[in-house]
Amino acid sequence: MSETPVDPDEVRHVADLARIDLDEEEVDRFAVQFADILSYFDALDDVPEVEAEADLVNVMRPDEVREGLSQEEALRNAPETEDGYFKGPSVS
Amino acid sequence: MSLDAFITKETIEGDDDGPLAGRTVAVKDNISTEGVRTTCGSAMLEEYVPPYDATVVERLKAAGATVVGKTNMDEFGMGTTTETSAFGPTKNPVDESRVPGGSSGGSAAAVAAGEADLALGSDTGGSIRCPAAFCGVVGIKPTYGLVSRYGLVAYANSLEQIGPLAPTVESAAELLEVVAGPDERDATTREAGADADYASAADGDVEGLTIGVPTELIEGADERVVETFEDALADLEAQGAETHEVSLPSVERAVQAYYVIAMSEASSNLARFDGVRYGPETESEGNWNEAFAQVREEGFGDEVKRRILLGTYALSAGYHDKYYAKAQDARAWLKRDFDEALAEADVLASPTMPVLPFELGESLDDPLQMYLADANTVPVNLANLPAISVPAGEADGLPVGLQLIGGAFDERTIVRAASAVEA
Repeated sequence: MSETPVDPDEVRHVADLARIDLDEEEVDRFAVQFADILSYFDALDDVPEVEAEADLVNVMRPDEVREGLSQEEALRNAPETEDGYFKGPSVS
Repeated sequence: MSLDAFITKETIEGDDDGPLAGRTVAVKDNISTEGVRTTCGSAMLEEYVPPYDATVVERLKAAGATVVGKTNMDEFGMGTTTETSAFGPTKNPVDESRVPGGSSGGSAAAVAAGEADLALGSDTGGSIRCPAAFCGVVGIKPTYGLVSRYGLVAYANSLEQIGPLAPTVESAAELLEVVAGPDERDATTREAGADADYASAADGDVEGLTIGVPTELIEGADERVVETFEDALADLEAQGAETHEVSLPSVERAVQAYYVIAMSEASSNLARFDGVRYGPETESEGNWNEAFAQVREEGFGDEVKRRILLGTYALSAGYHDKYYAKAQDARAWLKRDFDEALAEADVLASPTMPVLPFELGESLDDPLQMYLADANTVPVNLANLPAISVPAGEADGLPVGLQLIGGAFDERTIVRAASAVEA
């Protein structure tokens, strides 16, 4: 059993953080599945610390103006637009 | 009867000339095609029409290929069966009561059924190799950084690569040659492997080749799969290859590490689907957060929600060190294990999938069991290595794939070894 049992409230909290509006049936089902899956993930506890080789370099290119999407192309897939802008729901 | 291998059938003509002139290529529906709907198998993108081509699509066109459509897939690449597509499941052409594997199941089925000469898929944890194995075709997951991901709709970008599916090793290598190489629009691409000639490596010559067989990837596999795998290995030995056992203790934690990392990256990458720039129209009267949450509830299927939520959980305060940080440790451990094993062998071999193709509908209710089926493929993505799945034979009339794993940017060696399996 997982050290972190998942109850429906926790699923609702995470769904809220992830902005997904679950229905009650989904909350209950995910709570059961998450307990199972997270308990399986607990096996990561015994992974040794291994020094990862830092083989990373920044890849930069000159900051030059270049052709991009036209306004029309950028807006093409938006469900709602107005005066050349994306239209979204009110923020508050 | 239709296999439902395609979500959209559309002919996109390439240039008149080039190495792929006269050949048809099916493209997985998470790879952007200018002016042609690209859905990722999701209701969220049902109407989405990209205004640009992915780099690999530009390269296909320049090589003279004709794109014949966009192939079905597990929603956003999240699955092992191609049953989680919002557009319904694809059937396995070898046995239509079975799944084609996933998530690039439409691409593999299209090639296996002859509906396209070649196909592109994407592989985050086995999504090219699994359907290649289940449908009896060849699939290559390239080294991370060999093929541009520009225009691939991101799911877990530290793991995924676009790669070829084809009826033969040589034709898969030809397609890889066309799409591989650095791209200034994807800073994760590398100079290594540029202009490499992969197809000529398919010469079937394995005299003196050393093959390591990781014991952990054989244990627990279906007996019928193991038997077919061992017969294929014996055949390689008869052709002059040498095999020896190797141990990769870290692979016992690979599935956990893979899912934690993939889900965490998914939770971040899929945050962009908010219904404003693209997405379905909803009737919500609520504020931004409420409208956003409603679009995502309606637009995403179960598996996508499950992974976004688990990824959000794994990254949340209090759990980050327990899950995400430990998964990164496991990833470093895996890389070290693979380096050691590949210092003693030219390639590593295992069954691609530990099981035979599932019956349609068999696996949908138990996500954890489905995740376990990825045990042999996910370690390769975590270690950023190349791997190929080549048909090894059949068990109970169903295809079994043999996976060959090589060192970074050593695609030529896995192509060579795989071509000997075909012989």
